[in-house]
Amino acid sequence: MSEIAQKVKNIIVEKLGVEESEVTPEASFTNDLGADSLDTVELIMEFEKEFNISIPDDQAENIGTVGQAITYLEENAGK
Amino acid sequence: MTFKRVVVTGLGALTPIGNNVSTYWTNLAAGVSGAGPITKFDASKFRTQFACEVKGLDVNEFIPRQEARKMDPFAQYAIVVADEAVKDAGLNLESIDLDRAGVIWGSGIGGLKTFEDEVKNYARGDGTPRINPFFIPKMIADSASGLLSIRYGFRGVNYVTVSACASATNAMVDAFNYIRLGRLKLAITGGSEAAVTEAGIGGFNALRALSERNDSPETASRPFDKDRDGFVLGEGAGAIILEEYEHAKARGAKIYAELIGGGMSSDAYHITAPHPEGAGAISVMKDALDDAGIPAEAVDYINVHGTSTPLGDVSEALAIEKVFGDHAYKLNISSTKSMTGHLLGAAGAVEAIACLMAMQHDTVPPTINHFTDDEEFNPQLNFTFNTAQQRPVNVALSNTFGFGGHNVSVIFRKLDA
Repeated sequence: MSEIAQKVKNIIVEKLGVEESEVTPEASFTNDLGADSLDTVELIMEFEKEFNISIPDDQAENIGTVGQAITYLEENAGK
Repeated sequence: MTFKRVVVTGLGALTPIGNNVSTYWTNLAAGVSGAGPITKFDASKFRTQFACEVKGLDVNEFIPRQEARKMDPFAQYAIVVADEAVKDAGLNLESIDLDRAGVIWGSGIGGLKTFEDEVKNYARGDGTPRINPFFIPKMIADSASGLLSIRYGFRGVNYVTVSACASATNAMVDAFNYIRLGRLKLAITGGSEAAVTEAGIGGFNALRALSERNDSPETASRPFDKDRDGFVLGEGAGAIILEEYEHAKARGAKIYAELIGGGMSSDAYHITAPHPEGAGAISVMKDALDDAGIPAEAVDYINVHGTSTPLGDVSEALAIEKVFGDHAYKLNISSTKSMTGHLLGAAGAVEAIACLMAMQHDTVPPTINHFTDDEEFNPQLNFTFNTAQQRPVNVALSNTFGFGGHNVSVIFRKLDA
């Protein structure tokens, strides 16, 4: 697992109070991990803080699963 | 119209001297101080470095971690005490009319810690506003009553009163009014506060309102003592289930006492200083006695606001002499803030509970930390100094006064008295 993927998992475990084993690439924040709309906003914000980037709203809307978050951040973080 | 009678059927307490009603009462009667060095932040640069903090509370025993982190401590405290009160009242949430069950809560400030943390985060950043989406719902004072309604499904009247240190008593009087008007069958009322934070201590320090007796925190809250030098900030919560008498009787509920009157007034004088002759304090106690329809001579115990400030204690004592005349020297007075510190918007709740337990046990809890008499106070007044006193307590009155000049009093009477 990449360093980014691990950090993403840690944030999700911390914020949503779920077990790390549940945080699979396919897991949806809202359908599988119990997040509501505010939780999702908070997650995006935590990703922005952790990776020091700004995720535009139209792109944030496409980040609904753990895998989508990892892919987006691997492509955009640290640039 | 005829008012319905309103009784108390459940209690919950989270205080610096006990995390439930029974421990709270044991320590009140024993004269235990809840003060100690501040542990919640580094207070070494503050004029006051001690407070009455809640101790040994594991919030996650009551609220799962992922929910608790979306609540400010003052709202977590509200849930802890409301759970105890709902259980104590033996309420069956399946069988009561939830549309006639309300929550009227009090908090002087609301989510102060949340506000501080979020603003600090922003200030540390580069100006990009990464404000947490839970910031507003955690901070706003009414989140407490909202969360309680969600927890128990109470769909009736729901809001939070904000009148500084009178907040919880204002909430109680409002709940009392809705129930006696027949609009509610029962309500969770009371208040919570969690202001032992940098802004809380620093802000009250700036007003020179707090005791600065850093070498002896446990003797710092000394209401009516000559050397009192300000109040000691406390935190915590108290919950009271008020219920329409016939409703309580029909379900066979245990009844602590009847709430027979509520008084409200304003000093219309100064934003922080009390009226020097206690004008607002006089009128609020009179108003409560009128509302209760009892003579002043019926009152056995007054749990005073008595915060241990130089001015406030004097004007309240004068007011008691004015309102009660010779009877002022026969009743017992005590300030339980000498033990709990000042819980601000929650003070009225935990002090009402002190009154109710005093009635239950026919024991007046003391005003601890009395060392030196002050000639400002008439020596005929019985402040219940240092040790609890046994006496029949059939009727008890609780005073609360808040910055802004808000004064609220409530009077409880034993059901069979």
